[in-house]
Amino acid sequence: MSSVAQKKGFGATLWDWLTTVDHKKIGILYFLGGGFFFVLGGIEALLIRWQLYKPNNDLVSAGLYNDLITMHGTTMIFLAAMPILFGFMNAIVPLQIGARDVAFPFINSLGFWMFFFGGLFLNISWIYGEVPDAGWTSYASLSLASPGHGIDFYAIGLQIAGGGTLMAGINFLVTIINMRAPGMTYMRMPLFTWTTFVASAMILFAFPPLTVGLFFLTFDRMFGGNFFHHAMGGNTIIWEHIFWIFGHPEVYILILPAFGIFSEIFSTFSRKRLFGYPSMVFATVLIGFLGFMVWAHHMFTVGLGPTANAIFAVATMAIAVPTGVKIFNWLLTMWGGSIKVTTPMLYALGFIPSFVMGGVTGVMQGAAPLDYQLHDSYFIVAHFHYVIVGGVVLAILAATHYWWPKMFGTMLHEGLGKVTFVFFFIGFHMTFLIQHWLGFWGMPRRVWTYMNDQGWDMANLISTIGALLMAVGVIVLVINVIITSVKNVKVSNDPWGDGRTLEWAIESPPVFYNFPTTPLVRGLDTVWIEKMEGNEAGYTAAEPVKDIHMPNGSIIPLLMSFGLFIAGFGAMFRTETSWGLPVLIIGLAWTFVCMAARSLQDDTGYYIKKEELLRDMKRKGGQA
Amino acid sequence: MMKGLKKWRLFSLLAVLTVFLAGCGQEELSTLLPAGQVGKDQFNLLLLSSGIMLLVIIVVVAIYLIALFRFRRSKLGEDHIPEQVEGSHTLELVWTIIPILLILVLAVPTVYYTYKLGDVSAMGAVDDEGNPENLVVDVTAKLYWWEFEYPDLGIVTSQELVVPTDEKVYFNLLAADVKHSFWIPAVGGKMDTNVENVNKFYLKFQKESSGLKDGVFYGKCAELCGPSHALMDFKVKTLPRPEFDKWVAAMQDSKDNQVVANPQGEEIFQQSCISCHANSGVGESGAYGPNLASFGDRNRIAGYLDHTKENLVEWIKDPQKHKPGNTMPAFKDQLSDEELDALAEYLMGLSVEK
Repeated sequence: MSSVAQKKGFGATLWDWLTTVDHKKIGILYFLGGGFFFVLGGIEALLIRWQLYKPNNDLVSAGLYNDLITMHGTTMIFLAAMPILFGFMNAIVPLQIGARDVAFPFINSLGFWMFFFGGLFLNISWIYGEVPDAGWTSYASLSLASPGHGIDFYAIGLQIAGGGTLMAGINFLVTIINMRAPGMTYMRMPLFTWTTFVASAMILFAFPPLTVGLFFLTFDRMFGGNFFHHAMGGNTIIWEHIFWIFGHPEVYILILPAFGIFSEIFSTFSRKRLFGYPSMVFATVLIGFLGFMVWAHHMFTVGLGPTANAIFAVATMAIAVPTGVKIFNWLLTMWGGSIKVTTPMLYALGFIPSFVMGGVTGVMQGAAPLDYQLHDSYFIVAHFHYVIVGGVVLAILAATHYWWPKMFGTMLHEGLGKVTFVFFFIGFHMTFLIQHWLGFWGMPRRVWTYMNDQGWDMANLISTIGALLMAVGVIVLVINVIITSVKNVKVSNDPWGDGRTLEWAIESPPVFYNFPTTPLVRGLDTVWIEKMEGNEAGYTAAEPVKDIHMPNGSIIPLLMSFGLFIAGFGAMFRTETSWGLPVLIIGLAWTFVCMAARSLQDDTGYYIKKEELLRDMKRKGGQA
Repeated sequence: MMKGLKKWRLFSLLAVLTVFLAGCGQEELSTLLPAGQVGKDQFNLLLLSSGIMLLVIIVVVAIYLIALFRFRRSKLGEDHIPEQVEGSHTLELVWTIIPILLILVLAVPTVYYTYKLGDVSAMGAVDDEGNPENLVVDVTAKLYWWEFEYPDLGIVTSQELVVPTDEKVYFNLLAADVKHSFWIPAVGGKMDTNVENVNKFYLKFQKESSGLKDGVFYGKCAELCGPSHALMDFKVKTLPRPEFDKWVAAMQDSKDNQVVANPQGEEIFQQSCISCHANSGVGESGAYGPNLASFGDRNRIAGYLDHTKENLVEWIKDPQKHKPGNTMPAFKDQLSDEELDALAEYLMGLSVEK
């Protein structure tokens, strides 16, 4: 095999993508899959806002509205934000630590396909006509009472997708621990790698509770279990605890990589080393720990009693401290730097005030007695959108512009990028700022309509207009992507000119083996160090050119996930059809057969010969 | 000249006041215009936390703007290489310790109010003669309506909570089907009605509702409970103690002493409605449908429709159309228009206040 671009037929290309175990290609698959669901979730959001733009609107029915909010939340968290972040982690983290791939390329592929089939399963509910409708939290009494198969789609779909997430998390942990290049000590890792590391550790501990909770729910709904049926001795509050023991860390699993992305961007476009790097790392780890100790602040009104409420209130407020440290470190990174306002930097600049807003309203809700008023009102809707849109989505958009050249070898148009930002940013604040007041004015969340004469009309209209502006921003981005892809102007290794970390030392996009020779890391921001010393090659090799061992592609991950997908339908229709049980068994058996095939198969990968590498390097005019 | 200036000042003052008041929402359901001690405590906490947070925002934005304007590459030149500062222990200590202090300032009153508002120890207290010292209301939330029982007074009502002003009112909260949440924004924060356990809390109503736009405070269900979650409103009437006692007496009397505005309507009620709905205020919670003893006194039909006979007829004809997912059957095929009219007249006449 060689890195020379070979013309391949459509079938061969498709086969290549379906069987790939290359982290860069899987990153792109995650990015595209997540992007698709992001647009889907966005359309759901627009329908929600359109329904609410005036009182007593009848665009959608009460039942359909509940379907929309449930699917909007579930899709955006599980199928859009997480996969897109996984896309960037896959595409960038191995490059940042100087590795040729992740530790388990096969599992990486399996993780993607499980996410894909899980997401597909969940969204087939729209076609089937019975959609999850108990909110993304699916609180037990309502989710057990919900008629039809809606909640079954939720429980099984998330189970499959969640399995993929857990695998991805474990894979990144092992990769970051084991695959770092010589000299890449923990305290020299770029912040994005660090936050990926901590987020992966959080996935390892947060997703098993979700898995257990979803199994309980599945058993209660489909197999006659009584975990949550209170009349049968079950308890619905247990679902709330299990869900939030997963759900709160989940928020940090999303926001930590976002912090990492912004740390890279601030440092790059301020042309300055990240201020207080050790305290940034420490704050990341601390947030990771505290993230597991505050889940009950979602449950202040459940009636846990004053002692539990007081403890969780104070613990919640404590998180503000490490987060504040991060904000000030970013500000001081800019201070004394040389700030260039590129599109990614523009997003980073927009992120600071937006996220601070979301953070401080979080502390306000941490004050338990005040939360009795704010909980489940529009204030909370405003708060978590400030955190997730103002933090995670801005980070995703920033990273899209920042790493697009590294992932696809061409630059998104800067002008259009800024247009996207302006529409999205103004639209975002217009949509959600006013919602804080809607909450103060007594508007509960998750209402499909509201009567006039309650003083909410104008604020809701403003909010809806804001949502439309955000949609315009996303449309401009899509146009930008299309134009850029058609033009396809190739760019150099370091198109921003200020790259500091290892991904900028190699071509855009990198060859499939990433680094012809493993790099030697001599400090934080290793490429910056080399650049300052005048090394035009971008990095110093840690070893002579030698044969590289690479894994083979495989179709098994796709087939294995497909078995679970089929088994899901079997479980769902087991009691009401004769084919349900056989399909459940066949699906699971199929997955086990695939696992056996993988275990028995003696696939040791292949070697790229030294001569080939030298030929590649010579052609590119580099040196050994 | 001076006069003009004065006018202008007055005008601007009015403008500011208008904006400010508009920003406070409507008296009957805004958390920013608290009408009771619990809501006021929570509002004070809101002011304190907003103040601290505003301070944080101002500091961050100030540093941010200065950095952004002073250190732009367009000003420093394309080739400028900034000094690669590693950090500063002093600064980092400063922005660790100051936030900790700010959090402490907020944490102390938070813990204090958490215990204060969570204190229901006086709930079962009785005086020397064995009479309960405080009013207790048992709230049961059902698919999409609210039942209010006064266990010590032997009466029950629905959809419209009636309470005395200026004293602590204690609540037992429970859900009969799925989880709901009991919220009267203008009076105080919410508490969930769980399906498996009774939650207890108290509120204090310190304003008579008669002065409000509709003569009632608005209550909401704050937890997603199915299709008609948005329509699960209730209303709260607050009366001075003597008037409240009068209301209680009238309710207790409603079993034997009923207004019959339309005898035909009463007959239909006895045939078609009584199996789910009581027309006497004496009793306990646990009914299949809302108690209708004081129906004529209420502010809304089904919790949210205007209180007119036409709406009532429409509702009885087809409840699902108005409140999808509720458990009341449709009567459009069982009762003629004439019968519906008689029934509606009878129901609108059910009153304990007139």
